[in-house]
Amino acid sequence: MKNILTLLRKEFILELRRKSVMAGLGLYLFSLTFICYITFSLRQQAINENTWAALFWLVILFSVVNSVAKSFIGERKGVFIYLYSVASAQQIILSKMIYNSLLAFLLSVAGYFLFAVFIYNPVTDQLLFMVLLLLVAAGFSVSLSLISGIASKANNSNVLMAVLSFPVVISILLMAVRTTGNVLNGMERAASSDELLNLLAINCIAGALAYILFPYIWRS
Amino acid sequence: MKTWLKITAIVLLVYVHTAGLLMDVPRLNILNETIRALYFHVPMWFGMVLLYLGSVYYSIKYLRNPSHELDVKAEAFAHVGTAFGVLGMITGMLWANYTWGSPWHGDPKQNGAAIALLVYLAYFVLRGSLDNPEQRARLSAVYNIFAFAAMIPLLFIIPRLTSSMHPGSGGNPGFNAYDLDSRMRWVFYPAVAGWFLVGLWISNLRLRFKLIQEKSSDTSI
Repeated sequence: MKNILTLLRKEFILELRRKSVMAGLGLYLFSLTFICYITFSLRQQAINENTWAALFWLVILFSVVNSVAKSFIGERKGVFIYLYSVASAQQIILSKMIYNSLLAFLLSVAGYFLFAVFIYNPVTDQLLFMVLLLLVAAGFSVSLSLISGIASKANNSNVLMAVLSFPVVISILLMAVRTTGNVLNGMERAASSDELLNLLAINCIAGALAYILFPYIWRS
Repeated sequence: MKTWLKITAIVLLVYVHTAGLLMDVPRLNILNETIRALYFHVPMWFGMVLLYLGSVYYSIKYLRNPSHELDVKAEAFAHVGTAFGVLGMITGMLWANYTWGSPWHGDPKQNGAAIALLVYLAYFVLRGSLDNPEQRARLSAVYNIFAFAAMIPLLFIIPRLTSSMHPGSGGNPGFNAYDLDSRMRWVFYPAVAGWFLVGLWISNLRLRFKLIQEKSSDTSI
């Protein structure tokens, strides 16, 4: 437990030290949102709720894939060896998952803000939408952390990251789009509880599997 | 693979082809004779899921106790499973073209199956891009298990939550809800068993071929 906290602190400190990476992610998110704005809704209200939901989740998916990918891809080999010697594989994957979830949640909230500013904000039930963002962010980063670990071992890791991750996160994405549809159409909360529980269950399965399987990737 | 299993497979499939094409089937609106697709389309999906399950089983076994043969087995099962999936897709699209009106309908099960195929195509891409055989075996085993677990909700849960044009959806599936005519069961169950046995047989051949190929390339070096 103490090790996990230390690892988490290390991630945060490293992230704050390399401000250009953070800025790059933010800019990526901004450019994606801006492209959506230019291509779809230069004229106000040219975009309906369902398109909004689809565009929003696409933007979030792409920026989260990019942000989580760098958790193992692009790290120097020396860092791996050092981490290997000071912490167990389980501690490392847990700290990565927690850290990536926070980062992904931050990115989703920023994306939501940008969408609200540039396009418009059709969400009526803010609390439910935030819960959804949190669950999806956790789901994405849990599955993508493991995939990033696999892809980092291969030669063409960036292409591989995209190819390997999309089939895995599609079920999460489907649930997210469906729940967003409910939220945007102004249904009451009870209507979305099934989807949220599903999402939580998928997160638990993916998290448990990542926790069990990661040591096998880590060993080499 | 035991010889009697091979003979059973041949006998079952000969029976399925003759009985499936000649025996009486219930007349239903729109479906008419296309109902016979059940004997050839549905067993493909059973075969695919079972073969993928076999692949995952060998992947788990590999991680517990690494050996080259288990890795080759997992790959062979995934290969044949994918072939079954592609065949199931083609037969389904052919059938849908005449009954639903167009080959691709955006049916949740159709989409789920397409994604399942994508997962295993990604699995082969992953295998192709790793050079070190030991690492390739380990990483692809991990991906196989993880992707299979992520795929289950797609194939078995999501179609059940939404309305689908496949039977057994939008509620409790199970075979009774299939309202399968009891005469058709006489052909359908043997068809599932027969096709699955053929799948096992092909993967077995593939496995043996691979092992011999590697052995001969080893000696030639």
